[in-house]
Amino acid sequence: MAAAAAIVGPYEGDGPLGNSFDKIIPNDDNGEKSWEKAETKLMKDTYQLLLQKGSTTENDIDYVIAGDLLNQNIASSYAFRGCEMSYLGIYGACSTFGESIGIASMIMAGDFAKQIICIASSHFCSAERQYRYPLEFAAQRTPTAQWTVTGCGGVLLQKHCFLQKEGTGPMVESFTAGRIIDQGLKDANNMGAAMAPAAADTIATHLMDTGRKPNDYDMIVTGDLGAVGTDICRDLLSQYGFDVYGIHNDCGLLMYDRNKQDAHAGGSGCGCSASVFSAYLYPKLQSRELTRILFVPTGALLSPTIIQQGESIACIAHAVGIAG
Amino acid sequence: MGDKLLNAFVTGGVLCVIAQILVDKTKLTSARIMVMYVTLGVLLGGIGIYQKLVDFGGAGATVPLMGFGYNLAKGVMKEVDQNGLLGAFTGGIKSAAGGITAAIFFGYIASLIAKSKGRR
Repeated sequence: MAAAAAIVGPYEGDGPLGNSFDKIIPNDDNGEKSWEKAETKLMKDTYQLLLQKGSTTENDIDYVIAGDLLNQNIASSYAFRGCEMSYLGIYGACSTFGESIGIASMIMAGDFAKQIICIASSHFCSAERQYRYPLEFAAQRTPTAQWTVTGCGGVLLQKHCFLQKEGTGPMVESFTAGRIIDQGLKDANNMGAAMAPAAADTIATHLMDTGRKPNDYDMIVTGDLGAVGTDICRDLLSQYGFDVYGIHNDCGLLMYDRNKQDAHAGGSGCGCSASVFSAYLYPKLQSRELTRILFVPTGALLSPTIIQQGESIACIAHAVGIAG
Repeated sequence: MGDKLLNAFVTGGVLCVIAQILVDKTKLTSARIMVMYVTLGVLLGGIGIYQKLVDFGGAGATVPLMGFGYNLAKGVMKEVDQNGLLGAFTGGIKSAAGGITAAIFFGYIASLIAKSKGRR
């Protein structure tokens, strides 16, 4: 991982990680006329920042693997409209960033690319309009609801033999793609609880596959299980025989100060895990404060339509092992 | 006057508290709660119980969503008395006409004047 960048909204900027982000936009509208355009600009700006920080140009990027929460992934598609490099759009809901890094790593391991940009974004206002109600409706939120992060995070992956300097940057060393898990939970206001089984499943599979123990990692950090999901995930993992207390953390819980900010159960959205990783975890990996982490973004693969039809929430989690 | 004010606040307040408890403690979405309130208002209005609440609480009973249901029920009953069974279809909207039109009109004005902002 040669470089990382994250730009977030004002609410996220007020949170405990405020100083870590590269840039905090002053207003949710980002100077644009709609929330969707604001999110597109957010992604575009983060991408430009990434090119800068990675000292590279568009022509030298082989692929960009991007995704967001909006229908048809328009924030990503329109952010990279007209760009030189090949675009691969993906959808993993809030697990998109992990999926992107995993796919990019596999492409590079197969020698098909030298530089790939992995990037994901979300925006509170555009997500509310799509998944729940437009903000103007002033619907009330439940205590278990999570706050979709307004933010974009991205990393520049370089194939290690292509690196300008030897041994710089954290390295992606393993990737466990998740399977879709559905435990029958239907409450769209409590997605943390729905995603916890998927996170536990992927983490357990990864540990069994690699023969590692939770202690082999400095931190196992999930994307956005929030307060409710975190407890469930830890319990499930101990049922599998893995004790993650003290090692597990969650980007959704790191993003906001739940005592001072009214974020209910914590942060969520593609932008949550993407920006927290890029701004907070990546520097710690660079400085070797963290030597090895398991980064597990989690996603709820629902749509408002399928929920209205009475379906339960199908979830997924992708695990990326990164060594500093 | 002070008595009436207090009654109104208590009535309206209690209705809001019940809704908040439903939001906090149950998995009901806010849309379901609102529909429940309107329907309950129609039911209680139809059997005459809600009238007692209106007599006690005034605006505290008519302003919340349950009061809208009560209004619909009242309108239907009035219209059926006057114009027969067709009133079952026309009565509700007739009595709610003012409120509905006001909502659309002022909502439209608001959308022209105001600018959407993010939420905290």
